This record gives sequence, structure tokens and C-alpha cells, in this order.
Amino acid sequence: MRKKNVTTRSKVLVMRETRSAYLFLLPSLFFFVGFVIIPMFMCLFTSFFNYTMSDFSFVGIGNYVEMFQDEIFQRAFWNTVLIVVVAVPTVTIFSLWVGSSIYRMHAVTRSFFRCVFYLPVVTGTVAVAVVWKWMFNKYTGLFNTILSGVGAIDQNVSWLGDEKTAIWCIILILFTTSIGQPIVLYVAALGNVDTSLVEAAEVDGATDIQTFWKIKWPSIMPTTLYVLVITTINSFQCFALIQLLTSGGPKHSTDTIMYYIYYEAFKLNRYGFGNAMGIFLAAVIAIFSALQFKVTKSGSVD
Amino acid sequence: MKSGVKHTTTYDVIVMIIMVILAVLFIFPVYWIVTGSFKDAAAINAAIPEWFPKNPTTDNYVRLFDKPAMQWLFNSVFIALMSMALTCLTAAMAGYALAKKRFVGRGLLFTFLVCAMALPKQVVLVPLLKEMSFLGLHDNIWAVILPTVGWPFGVFLMKQFSETIPTEMLEAVRIDGAGEIQTFLTIVLPIVKPGIGALAIFTFITTWNDYFLQLIMLNSSKNLTISLGIAKLQAEMSNDFGLIMAGAALGAIPIIAIFLMFQKYFTQGITMGAVKG
Repeated sequence: MRKKNVTTRSKVLVMRETRSAYLFLLPSLFFFVGFVIIPMFMCLFTSFFNYTMSDFSFVGIGNYVEMFQDEIFQRAFWNTVLIVVVAVPTVTIFSLWVGSSIYRMHAVTRSFFRCVFYLPVVTGTVAVAVVWKWMFNKYTGLFNTILSGVGAIDQNVSWLGDEKTAIWCIILILFTTSIGQPIVLYVAALGNVDTSLVEAAEVDGATDIQTFWKIKWPSIMPTTLYVLVITTINSFQCFALIQLLTSGGPKHSTDTIMYYIYYEAFKLNRYGFGNAMGIFLAAVIAIFSALQFKVTKSGSVD
Repeated sequence: MKSGVKHTTTYDVIVMIIMVILAVLFIFPVYWIVTGSFKDAAAINAAIPEWFPKNPTTDNYVRLFDKPAMQWLFNSVFIALMSMALTCLTAAMAGYALAKKRFVGRGLLFTFLVCAMALPKQVVLVPLLKEMSFLGLHDNIWAVILPTVGWPFGVFLMKQFSETIPTEMLEAVRIDGAGEIQTFLTIVLPIVKPGIGALAIFTFITTWNDYFLQLIMLNSSKNLTISLGIAKLQAEMSNDFGLIMAGAALGAIPIIAIFLMFQKYFTQGITMGAVKG
């Protein structure tokens, strides 16, 4: 009898709590459902249609079949993979090194370096892209002037106009705009490492390298995995630099999946085909993220 | 042991030298934008680069303001401010509910938010454009603001900060008969204020620089943002680097200034948003 009373009362409480919670969630849910969830489902739905300015007819998995047979898509896919495979490890290792070098410095110095490495992110992709485009310019660019000045090149190189160099230029700029956030995260994570453990290890005569691998590395593991996930997601989505610097050229050597989606969907108005590639890209990124999260779960101590 | 300490010092000196060199390299593009914007055509095209403009000119800026550059700047500021205000308000409310209320569907909702965060947001741009056209918002700056507010990062961040609100405090005011809104305004908001500061500056800067979304949504010259404006200058007069650098400076300098002023909050926002709940 008493037990029943308690459950009904708690039920009323839960109902009241639920109602007030949803009132607080309502404004946020309106934007989240309206402009994130609905477009996501529309993206999946329309990927099964031949959807253009004039046509909207069901084609089943036709877009996906076309995608895998499309040579430009394959090219774009491998370019994207190259960017991810090069950028993710270099960004992670470099930002870990910078982070562990500056976190012990004086607060002012540390803050200065953190700001400097974050500068390309804040400056904005477009401003960064236009100044690099000028520096890479064949005739008036700084790179050619300096390199021919020291005798490294005989004649001016068209850095962004050459199939062999263009994608490496993109990766270099992507690198400078990608390390800011990981460095901030590493500085914070290393600052939170239990100092008593580090001191105890030093007293026991551990070298710097031993202290790093045995104590610091395990405790910053969650940060490393988060850095890996965000860098992977960002590298897979590389678009703005491509659109601003090379438009996928020369000869599709810098096409990425995201740029090809933009080209098909917004230049040729092939929305269904673009959405199919979008779903594919999302699936690839989801698999990568899930794998990395799985490693976090098995790898982290707590 | 002694040699170990000495070794560390040498290493530290080498690290410091490398860091300073890297710092110069990272600052250089901004320096090149600003100095380039004051160079005349001869200096821009000089075979030997002028490290500092010898004959500084404001001609590039005069030509820049012949175009609706002030309007572009205003649009960028408006979009960033509106997104910031709406994100902070909705995220503070939702973060509090997620952190402090036990309600039906909480687990499911949380899972949805996590999954949405892990997905690439650029992928939904195609259907988003269609949706905005359907709502009559094509080529309207609200088409950039609304999706920005919908992105769940802010809710996450505010949930992290709301976890720090002592539950006893909420219960105490409830027993005193305070209503939900009163509790939110007098107890919750003052405690999560640092979180709102972090989210505000974070949203402002990321929205300002969200080029792809702006590119898709905005077309006509009067509706462009400063980022789109610079891209337009580059597309239309690709070798007029003086003019393009003036545009880049107009876009970059305000946002760098804002970042430097509020960088403490900004760093906090990045760090807190990363800690998975």
C-alpha cells in the first residue's frame, strides 16, 4: 500500500520534471530538429532519387552505383584519403610536441605561443587562402623568389598549377590551420596530469622519456583520441581551400569528395547524386569515429 | 644526475629557438596580408619582395570601399552576433535541462546529440539549401544564422558547465517555492556565466569564418559576408593582390582583435567542449 503510494507520487514528480525539462529544451530542439535532423533525413531520402532542377524520380541505389563507377569520384576519394593519411598523423604528432614543449613555460610565454599557433584558425580560411595563393604565385609569389634566390630552383614553379605539387600545397596550408585546436587541448590536458605521479617518478630516477611514456601519455590518451577524431573529420571535409585555391584542378589532382559534392550538387544541380556522395562520406567518417571511440573505451584507464 | 639537468637545459634552448622560428612563420601570413594591403602595384609585382612597403599607399582600401565592403563587414557582424545570442540562450536552457533534470527520453536525446556532433555538418548543406528555399530564405542572411544555432556543440558545452551547479542549491530554492524561470535566472545563469562567455566567443569566431555555409546560402552582392567578399574579389581580379590583401585585412583584423581580447574564455570553451560527458 505504502509502496504503491510512493510510486505514484514519483511518477507525478517524473511527469512534472519531464514537462519542465522539455520546456527548457524546446527552443534548442526547434533549431536542432529543424536545421540538423530534418536535413540529415532528407539527405538520406533524396540520395535514392534522380533529383535535379527538373526531375525527381526514384532510382533506388542508382546514384550509389554511378558513384562507384565514376572515375572522378574515385580520384577524389583517393585524394581525400591521401590528405587524411598525411594530415592526421602529422597534425597529431606535431601538436603533441608543441603542446608538451610549451605547457611548462611561463604562463605569459605559453599563452603567447598558444595564440600564435591558433592564429591561422582565427584569421579565417578565406584570408589565409588568398595570402597563400599570392605566396605560391608563379610570377609574384614569395616561394619562387626565395627558392630561386638561394638557387634551389632554376625556373619559377607554378606550385598550385602543377599536378605534382598542388595537393601538397593544400596539405601544407591545411596543416597550419589544423594544429591550433589540438595544441590548446594538449596544453590543457598536460597541465591536468597528476604532478605527484610525475614527481614520484623523477625521484625514482625515471628519465624524461620514461616519465612521458609511462605517466603522461596514458593520462592524455583521451585527448589524443579526441584530437584524432576531430582532425580526421576536418581533413575528410577539406573543401574551402580547394574551392579557393585550385577548384579541384589541375586535371582533378586536388579534387576531394567534399569538393566534388559541391561541384555536382551546386554547379550541375545534381542534388540526388551529391547527397549519395554525402551519405557515403558521412558513413566513412562515422566508421572512423566509431573505431577511434572504441579504442578510447578500451584504452582509457577509467 | 647533474649531466641530466644540463642536457635538459640545452634541449630547452633548442626547443625555444625552434618555437620562435615557428612563431615567426605562423605570424608571417598575417604580416604579409597587412603589409601587402598597403603596397602599390609596383611593389606587389616586384621581382625582389619588399619586406616592408617603401611607398605605402591607401589606394587599395579606397578601391575596396568602392565596393560594398562595409555592407559585407556589417553582414558578417550581424550574422555572428545573432548566432551568438541565439546559441547562448537556447544552449544555456537546454544544457541545464540535460545536466540537472531526470526526464523521460533523456538518454535517447543525448545519444542523438552525440551522433549528430560526430557527423560532418557540410554533408547536410545540399538539403539545407533546399529547405531554406522552401522557407523563402534563399539569399537571406537568416539562412546562415538558423543552422548555426541548431548545431549541438553549444548544448554540449553548457551541459558540461551545468553539471557544476550544486543540486542541493536547486532543491533549496524549490522548497522555498521558487518557480522554474526564477530558479533558472537567479541560480543557474550566474553559475554557468563563464560557460556562456566561452560559448559566446567560440560561436562568434566560428560563425564569422564558416565560409562553406555562407557560400551556399548567399548570392547577391549586398548580402555577402566579408569572407565571401574576399573570395569574390579573388575570383574577379585574381592578380590584383593589393586589393585582395586589403579585403583580407578587413576580414581578418577585427576577428583577430576579438580573439586576442577574449582568448582566455575561448581556450576554456575549446577545452571544456572536448571533455566527453
